[in-house]
Amino acid sequence: MTEAFAAVVSIAFHGLALAMVLYLISVGLSVTMGLMGFINLAHGVFAMAGGYAMTTLMSRAGVPFPLALAAAVAVAVVASFVLEWLLYRRLYGGDELDQVLLTMGLVFMSVAIANYFWGPVSQPMLLPPLLSGHLDLGFREFPSYRSFLIVTGAVLVTVLWLGLERTRFGAQIRAAVDNLRMAQSVGINTSRLFTLSFALGSGLAALGGGLGADIIPIDPNYALANLVYFLIVVSVGGLGSIRGPFVAALLLGTADTAFKYLVPELGAFFIYALTMAVLLWRPRGLFGLAR
Amino acid sequence: MKTAAMPGTPEAMRAALARRNRFRLWEALPWLIAAAAYFAFDSYLALGAQILATVLFALSVDLVLGYAGIITLGHAAFFGVGAYTAGILAANGWGEPLTGLLAAALAAGIIGIVSGAVILRTTGLTLLMQTLVVATMLLEAANKATRITGGADGLQGMDVWSIFGVFRFDLFGRTAYLYCLVVLFLCWLLTRRIVHSPFGLALNGIRENVARMHAIGSPVGRRRLVVYAISAALAGIAGALIAQTTQFVGLGVLGLERSGSVLIMLIIGGVGQLYGAFIGVPLYMIAQDRFSAIDPVYWYFWIGLFMVLLVVFARGGVLGTIERLRRRAS
Repeated sequence: MTEAFAAVVSIAFHGLALAMVLYLISVGLSVTMGLMGFINLAHGVFAMAGGYAMTTLMSRAGVPFPLALAAAVAVAVVASFVLEWLLYRRLYGGDELDQVLLTMGLVFMSVAIANYFWGPVSQPMLLPPLLSGHLDLGFREFPSYRSFLIVTGAVLVTVLWLGLERTRFGAQIRAAVDNLRMAQSVGINTSRLFTLSFALGSGLAALGGGLGADIIPIDPNYALANLVYFLIVVSVGGLGSIRGPFVAALLLGTADTAFKYLVPELGAFFIYALTMAVLLWRPRGLFGLAR
Repeated sequence: MKTAAMPGTPEAMRAALARRNRFRLWEALPWLIAAAAYFAFDSYLALGAQILATVLFALSVDLVLGYAGIITLGHAAFFGVGAYTAGILAANGWGEPLTGLLAAALAAGIIGIVSGAVILRTTGLTLLMQTLVVATMLLEAANKATRITGGADGLQGMDVWSIFGVFRFDLFGRTAYLYCLVVLFLCWLLTRRIVHSPFGLALNGIRENVARMHAIGSPVGRRRLVVYAISAALAGIAGALIAQTTQFVGLGVLGLERSGSVLIMLIIGGVGQLYGAFIGVPLYMIAQDRFSAIDPVYWYFWIGLFMVLLVVFARGGVLGTIERLRRRAS
């Protein structure tokens, strides 16, 4: 196997793993922003909460991997219900700047809270023995955990898409994204829809944060430091779209891995240049609705 | 021809605008407070100078956000370009402050025109992302151009000369404070003039209803670009003020946190009313100073809580709340 080919395989593999994590975290943000027009800069907080819940349960309480993951999602879903009911709900359809202020306030608080309970260092991810080795695929070996991440991500994406296409709830979300007033007129309880899709998005973010704790390290600045990446996925993918962010996450994941591998000094610069170029070419994102 | 008295003519409208926007007595208030602070808080003048420069920065954001409706999360781009321009000049043998300010304004304004010409065709989230991306690309560039900018270590060895060769920048920040105050005052006069001019009214129209402005034949794109460039130049001056008064420029001047915090300060004060910056910036920066003195590690929590409570109980910032209370009283 030539070296160039090995590099391509390696970039594709790690890029794919990163893309899955980015997608799981960002898809909820795309829905919240597309459905409710809510600029939720605190979305990363839910991913961070998931990551902390999971790593802590595993390392301090010895909870097995799948249970810890489920608990992480549960924590984020409950937190999102509370926050939505207490704070977010007041600002639906309100001024964007108030939304920015509220959600940045939440981000700041999350930074301090995480710092208080866990300190400034990033949380180690204790992989279960089954997933900590390497997987031999014949022509070369791949880290098991990332392979697991890619497979899990693919399954979740499929379930999510089927759910959106085939279920009543999915149809209601699509209707409300397309035309909110019309959806209300035909009797869809959009307020309930908002709450549920917000919780779903937060749960997915926690899943992404927990599963990806190995790739995107969990530390107090998580929500702030990764905000730009989540926003890139959402804006390049197209607001309100479910598939768009997936393509965007694939692009960002592979491009980020490739640039950091090939031109480590200028990696970030190219990512931003690419984002700018895509947004100039398709201002509504790759799969954004023409409105 | 004597048409000045005829209603509806451009002259009459201009006169009406001028009457409506004559200086009110309360507009002297921020300046009286700033002057009083110079004598009252003698030992806090360094912080005071920072606050004044940041007020100018917030004012520049208000011009694009509050008047032209351009939502930006990357205004640090211009602040940073201004800071680096003044800084690099002073570190390379030209420490004259006033020409430094002008050079900073020019450099930032040019970056504003160039980047604005590319990104201002978009709106909403896309525009927000574009502004952010421009700032981050400049940050990456500054980080890599170590020989010119000092990279992550920051720009070393700035030597800023005395103002007019007379007023030296002293250790206590007296000169710095007054210098920032005078520059802020002049820039405020200019901004006030702009927002109350027919051009400013056109910007309001663009913010409120772009489609209608297009329909009446207003050159929307050009006006957005012009105000973006003016705002960029003002932000550049603000950056240069910080660079000259602290004699240091770090990468933070271009960072997302800088863009984000100035936006937050402006929202706290109130957007689109010209005075939001004068309220929000001191409030935020003094709160930050106090909180971080009381609780150096977790002050982020208190400032975050403050922001959340503000949204819940005082929507529209301080000015918005005052307006609401006044309406309720009457």
